[in-house]
Amino acid sequence: MNANVITDAMNKDFVLAVEGLTVSFDGFKAVNDLSFYVDENEIRVIIGPNGAGKTTVLDLICGRTKATAGSIRFKDRELTRMKEHEIVRAGVGRKFQNPSIYEDLTVFENLEISYPKGRTVMGALTFRRDGPVKERVQEVAETIFLADQLDQRAEYLSHGQKQWLEIGMLLIQDPELLMLDEPVAGMSVSERKKTAELLNRIIKDRSVIVIEHDMKFVEDIAHKVTVLHQGRILSEGPMAKVQADPKVVEVYLGH
Amino acid sequence: MTTQAPTSGRSFFLRPQDMIGIALLALLLLVVLPLALDNFRLQFVGKYLTYAFVALGLVLCWGYAGILSLGQGVFFGLGGYCMAMYLKLEASSVENTRIQSTPGIPDFMDWNQITALPWFWEPFRHFGFTTLAVVAVPALFALILGFALFKRRVGGVYFAIITQALAAIMTILIVGQQGYTGGINGITDLRTLHGWDIRTDGAKTVLYFVCVGLLLACILLAYYVKSSKLGRLLVAMRDKEDRVRFSGYDVSSFKVFVFCLSAALSGIGGAMFTLQVGFMSPSFVGIVPSIEMVIYTAVGGRLSILGAIYGTLLVNWAKTSFSESFPELWLLGLGGLFIAVVLAFPNGIAGLWQVHVAPRLGPLFGGPARRAASPAVAEPLPVATPAVAE
Amino acid sequence: MFSDYSLAELSSIFLMQGFAGLILFSVFVLMALGLAIIFGQMGVINMAHGEFMILGAYVTYFTSQFFLNHLPSLFGIYFFVAMILAFLASGALGMATEWLMIRHLYKRPLDTLLATWGLSLILQQVYRSVFGPREVGVELPGWMMGSLPVTDVVEVQINGLFVMGLTIAITVAVALLMYRSSWGKQVRAVVQNRVMAGAVGINTEKVDRYTFGLGCGIAGVAGSAFTMIGSTGPTSGQLYIVDTFLVVVFGGAQSLLGTIASAFTISQAQSTLEFFLSGSMAKVLTLIGVVVILMLRPQGLFVIKVRR
Repeated sequence: MNANVITDAMNKDFVLAVEGLTVSFDGFKAVNDLSFYVDENEIRVIIGPNGAGKTTVLDLICGRTKATAGSIRFKDRELTRMKEHEIVRAGVGRKFQNPSIYEDLTVFENLEISYPKGRTVMGALTFRRDGPVKERVQEVAETIFLADQLDQRAEYLSHGQKQWLEIGMLLIQDPELLMLDEPVAGMSVSERKKTAELLNRIIKDRSVIVIEHDMKFVEDIAHKVTVLHQGRILSEGPMAKVQADPKVVEVYLGH
Repeated sequence: MTTQAPTSGRSFFLRPQDMIGIALLALLLLVVLPLALDNFRLQFVGKYLTYAFVALGLVLCWGYAGILSLGQGVFFGLGGYCMAMYLKLEASSVENTRIQSTPGIPDFMDWNQITALPWFWEPFRHFGFTTLAVVAVPALFALILGFALFKRRVGGVYFAIITQALAAIMTILIVGQQGYTGGINGITDLRTLHGWDIRTDGAKTVLYFVCVGLLLACILLAYYVKSSKLGRLLVAMRDKEDRVRFSGYDVSSFKVFVFCLSAALSGIGGAMFTLQVGFMSPSFVGIVPSIEMVIYTAVGGRLSILGAIYGTLLVNWAKTSFSESFPELWLLGLGGLFIAVVLAFPNGIAGLWQVHVAPRLGPLFGGPARRAASPAVAEPLPVATPAVAE
Repeated sequence: MFSDYSLAELSSIFLMQGFAGLILFSVFVLMALGLAIIFGQMGVINMAHGEFMILGAYVTYFTSQFFLNHLPSLFGIYFFVAMILAFLASGALGMATEWLMIRHLYKRPLDTLLATWGLSLILQQVYRSVFGPREVGVELPGWMMGSLPVTDVVEVQINGLFVMGLTIAITVAVALLMYRSSWGKQVRAVVQNRVMAGAVGINTEKVDRYTFGLGCGIAGVAGSAFTMIGSTGPTSGQLYIVDTFLVVVFGGAQSLLGTIASAFTISQAQSTLEFFLSGSMAKVLTLIGVVVILMLRPQGLFVIKVRR
C-alpha cells in the first residue's frame, strides 16, 4: 500500500513514467525491463543502434504492441490497458517512421481528418466544416509550410512535404506527448534545416520523445538522451554526458 | 491562396455535377424507360434495380472502405425472405389453405409434416414488423459479424473468404431446412400485400416506381455518407489504417457501420425483389449471386455511386439478352468481364467516363475543373493488406 | 444421439466414418497443398483452383480411355502416366495464367480474387463445351477395386487407401521441395523480401511463375486422385473451393503442417457429424465451427508470433 502511494506521488511530476517495461516475441525480448521518466515540457531523444528496440518502445507507448510486463503511466493513466484510439484521445500523438498520410485525400482533408472533433461514427456523419475548423487547418498548414498546397492531393507532395504533413496532422491534435520516429530521415539538407526549425517551434509547451540518428540534430534539440541497446537502457542523461560514456562509445564504435 | 476551393461548394452535400447525374438517372428511370419499354421489359428493369441496392452498398463498403464482402447475397436474401414470409403468411390464410392437413400455415410446411407455425414466423404477420425487419435483420447480422471480425482486425482477403463461406452456409441451411424455409424452391406463390394483388401488371408498375423511389432515396443517403467526414475517413482507412487509428479513431466501429449500412441497403433490395418478382429462393443467396453482385459494382466503377446503378443495369441487360439467345456464351462473357474489369479498366464505366467523356463536357459533368477536388477517383485501387493482428 | 447404438456399433461407426473422413481429408489436403503454396507463399487468391483440379481429372479420364482402347495390356499402370500428364497440363495452364493475368495483380489481392473467379467461369464453360455437360468417371484398374476387411464389420476400400498413400507421398515431396531444396529456399526468400531476393540475384518473376505453376500442377494431381473416388463434371471443382480456402486459412496460411492439421480436423468433424445429422447440417455445423474459430483466432491455428 505504502509503496503504491509513494510511486503515485512520484509519478505526479512526470508526464510519462515507464517502469519495468518488457515485451517478448517468441522468447526474444525486444524490450527488457525498461524504465524511464519524461518530464513536463522535456524533449527526450532516444538513440541506439539498429534493433535496439527504439521503435518498439514507441509502439508500446501508443498501444500498437502490447507489453508482456511492466507499466506505462501517462499523467496517472495506465496506457498498457488502453486501446490505441483511447491513448491518442488521452493526449499522445505519434509520427511513424515512413510518412504515413492519406495519399488519396487533399492536404486540407488530411489535416481535417486529424482535427480532434467528430471521432465517433455519428460525430463523423454530422461533422461540419465550420469556421474554427478551417481556421485551425489554415493555421497548421502555415506552420508546416503547406498553406499553398491545401487543395493538392497528398500523393503529389515531395517526401519532405509528406513528413511535414504528418507532423501537421499531429500538431492539429495538440497532443501533450508527441512521439516522432526519425522525423528528418530521408530529407535533403535544406528540408532538414526547415524541419529542425519546424520541430523547434512545435515542441514548445509539450513533452516530446524523438528517435533520431542525426547527431547534429539530436545535439540541437535534446534536453536529455536515452541510449538503448538490445532492449535495455545503456546510458541516460544530457548529451555531453552520454557522448562521454565509455559504454556508449563501445556500442557505437566497438563492433 | 486561401482555403476557399475545398471549402466552398461543400456546404451542401451534393456537388452540382452530382445533382445533374442524379437528375438524369431519375429522368431515365422514371420517365424514359417507362415510356420506352413495354410492361414485360420494365419489370425486368425493376428486377435489375433491386440488385442495384446491393451494388450501391458495395460502393461504400468495397470501393470506399476497401472491405470486399462476398456475402452480400446473404443480406439480399435476408431482406427478401423477411418480405416473403409476410406475403406467404398473408397468402396462407385458413380459407386459402383449407385442403391442407394443417390449414393456416404455408403449404411447404404442410408438405413437410410441420403442424404449427414456427415461432420465428409468428412476428411476420405484422407489416410494421416486417418492414423494420427487412432493414434490421440484415443490419443486425452484419453488426454481429462485423463486430466479431473487425474488432479482431480481420480484413482483406480473409474477410472476403469468411463472408463467402457464410454465403455457402446460408444456402446450405436454407436448402436443408425446407420445412421452415421452403427449401430449394424458396418461398413461392406470393399473392397479395394487404389484400392488394401484387401479381397484376398495374401493381407491378406501381412497385417499379416504388422501387425507383427507394433507390433514389438510398442514392441520396449514399451521397450524404460519401461527402461527410465519415466518407473521407473510409478512404483514409483504406489507405493508412494505422494512421487513422493513431489519430484517435476506433477504426473497427467505422467498418462495422459501413458494413451494416451496405447490409441494410441489400436487405431493402431483397425485399423489393420479392415484391416485384413474387418469390424468393436460395439461388439469390449463395456464392455465385453474391460474387456476381460484386461484378455489377466493378463494371459500374467501384468508386462511383451512380456508376454502380448503370453497371447493374448493363450487366443484367447483357445477361438477359445473351441468356435468351446464346446461353453458353454468357458464362464466357461474364468470366471475361471479371478479368477485363480488373485488368483493363479497374474503375469501370465511371472511370472511362471520367477519363474520356467528362473532359469534353466541361466542369458541370465532372470535367477537368474538378480534378483537384475529387479525391479517390483518379487512382483508387485499394491495396488490401491481409490485415491480421500481430 | 448416441443412445440408439451399442458401444461396439459406435466404435465401428466411428471407424467407418473415420475412414470416410480420411478420404475426404486426402482430397482436402491435395487441393489445399496447391492452394497453400499459392495463397500462403504468394498471397494470391486463386478462385480457379478447383478448375485446375478438374483439368487434371479430365486428363486422367482421357488417359484411361486411351489406355483402354490402345494399350489394354498396360491398363494397370495408366494412373501413374495420367498423374504426370495431369501435373504437366495443370501446371502449364497455371504458368500461362500467371503470365497473362496474375503477375499484373500482385499488389491487388482482392482483384486477383475477382479475376480468377472470372477464369473459373470461363474454364467451366470451356469444359462444358469441350467435354460435355455430363459427369464422367474413370474405370479403375483391377488391382484398385475391392476392399480389405479390418474387422468383421469394418472394411476399407483399396482405392481409398491408395489415394491416402498418394496424398502422403505428394505431401512429403512438396515438403521436401519447399523446405529442403534450393528452389524452395528461393521461393521463401522471394516471399519474405522480394526486393532483397531480387538484389541477390534470384529471378523473382521466374520464381513466381514456377511457384504458381507448381501449385496448379499439384491441383492437377489432386484432380487425378479425385477420379479414383468420384466422377468429374464441369462444375465439380467449384464444390470444393470454399472448403479448401477455409482449410488453408484455418491452418494458418503459411504453414504446411497447419494446412494438413486443419484439413484433418475439418474433414473428420464433417464426416463424423454426417452420420448423425443430415449431410447438409453436418456441413453447416462444420463450416460455422470453422468460421467461429477463425473469428476467435483470425491468424489461423498455426502461426508464429512475429515482430512487426
